[in-house]
Amino acid sequence: MFKKWVITFVLGTFINSTGWAKDSNSIQIKGSDTMVNLSQAWAEKFMEKNPNDFIAVTGGGSGTGISSLISGTCDIANSSREIKAKEIALAQKRGVNPYEIKVGLDGLAVVVHPSNSVSQLTLQQLADIFTGKISNWKEVGGKDLKIVLLSREVNSGTHVYFKEHVLRKGDPASKEEFSPGALMLSSSQALADEVAGNSGAIGYYGMGYISPKQKPVSIAKDAKSPYISPKIENVTNGKYPISRPLFIYTNGIPNGSVKKFADFMLSKEGQEIVLQTDFVPIKK
Amino acid sequence: MRLTLFKIKEFFIEKLIFLCGLACIFFVLLIFVFLLKEGISLFHTVTPVQFLTGKNWYPISDPAQLEILPLILGSLWVTLGAAIISIPIGVACAIYIAEVAHPKLKELLKTGIELLAAIPSVVLGFIGMVTLVPWVKSVFNLPTGLTALSGSIMLAFMAMPTIVSVAEDALYSIPKSYKEGSLALGATHWQTIYRVLVPAASSGIVAAVMLGIGRVIGETMAVMMITGNAALMPHSILQPVRTLTATIAAEMGEAVVGSEHYFALFAVGIVLFVISFAINVTADSFLHKKR
Repeated sequence: MFKKWVITFVLGTFINSTGWAKDSNSIQIKGSDTMVNLSQAWAEKFMEKNPNDFIAVTGGGSGTGISSLISGTCDIANSSREIKAKEIALAQKRGVNPYEIKVGLDGLAVVVHPSNSVSQLTLQQLADIFTGKISNWKEVGGKDLKIVLLSREVNSGTHVYFKEHVLRKGDPASKEEFSPGALMLSSSQALADEVAGNSGAIGYYGMGYISPKQKPVSIAKDAKSPYISPKIENVTNGKYPISRPLFIYTNGIPNGSVKKFADFMLSKEGQEIVLQTDFVPIKK
Repeated sequence: MRLTLFKIKEFFIEKLIFLCGLACIFFVLLIFVFLLKEGISLFHTVTPVQFLTGKNWYPISDPAQLEILPLILGSLWVTLGAAIISIPIGVACAIYIAEVAHPKLKELLKTGIELLAAIPSVVLGFIGMVTLVPWVKSVFNLPTGLTALSGSIMLAFMAMPTIVSVAEDALYSIPKSYKEGSLALGATHWQTIYRVLVPAASSGIVAAVMLGIGRVIGETMAVMMITGNAALMPHSILQPVRTLTATIAAEMGEAVVGSEHYFALFAVGIVLFVISFAINVTADSFLHKKR
């Protein structure tokens, strides 16, 4: 008798819970660490207006997000890099059709410890620093201090973007790599903390993470060009040399509540949130 | 009639327990076969020698360079450091608990050590990140505190509970007559400990050490947080290192299923499996040596 009652109860809750999930339109978002704060801000505002929708946001890196989209464990993948041809091929093999929506822009800030006297670098110097050709701050006009390279892990879209556009300067034939001595940190926050506490460190992350504890470096395309600081207006007008688009990927053209949410991101209000979280809106 | 019923019952229970016993071995076999199957696929593109002795780990480049010598050395450095720190302290602690401590203090110490074993590794890693890493940086005047040494110190804390409890058991199980005999011959308490008791328990102590080391080499979360994860050839314990375990944990999310990188991570898994298997077998052979 008791056993029967327990089984009914368990089955009942199980069925109820699946029913509940359908009613309330839950959306799973996974991917880029750079975009977590932005996504979370969108989700909060959106849920305020649509109390029936539930949105869960997790990070993990762009690669992780896209892998999850391919294996069907998330509805929206945040990515701070374009999807790779390899990933598209794999997705199609599994019956997933990644659909790309550009939702904002991000400037990649290169940061050093506030006590560091170096405040501007050219792209070439930056590449030489991160590949290990320059290993002391005095070679770029700073103190006699060993440079500590900080990088994100390989599952980070920021890592991939930085390698392709700074180390390799966008040249697909280039073979430049991060110096093997570069420390690999698993999150942008960990990287920010390490820069804040280490006077010889240099690292990179999305502009949103800049705080008074780190000093952003101005970057010039080459020695003749002006040095540009990572500010929103410089990314919007295209002057800042290391900026990138931010994407979301869905399985096929979005519909239902995913579409509603994607439309919200691109709406005036959504793009306002982009600006508030220190990214750069795509629409004015 | 009743007797046969009991016999049938007995028969089924025996078989059931037998199956449960087999299940463990079966699962280990399944895991090993899966690891092997996925890992071996890598060797279509990279030779095992190159994989094990090459010095470049650039898994997402095109073409990828999948060579794990720096990772193996990274794991070994961290483990060696942890062993040097934890073995003397752990064994001494076991001797104190088994032979010297007052019974009340003994209970307190044992509880403390069990508590130490209960701290999740991610918590230890986090504590290490905010306290130990800056300390290592300033004490050794290094460019960064994210080094093999930081990992070693933190992992020593994790190996200690294993070492202490197994070694203490070994010391405790020595027949009382050994100790009594030694004392009766006029040896002091200390002479008895290091001339009679420790040699008598040596196989158990070695097993304790090996099990502790086995725990260290498989540890992931804490080392990932505090060793810096730079895949360069380590020349000193004061350099950042990337361990085998941290590599798998950090990169599995990115690796596309069925890609070269994915197979390489499984091959790294095989290497880890072989290392910890060897350690466990050694520990086991020491445990059974004197019985």
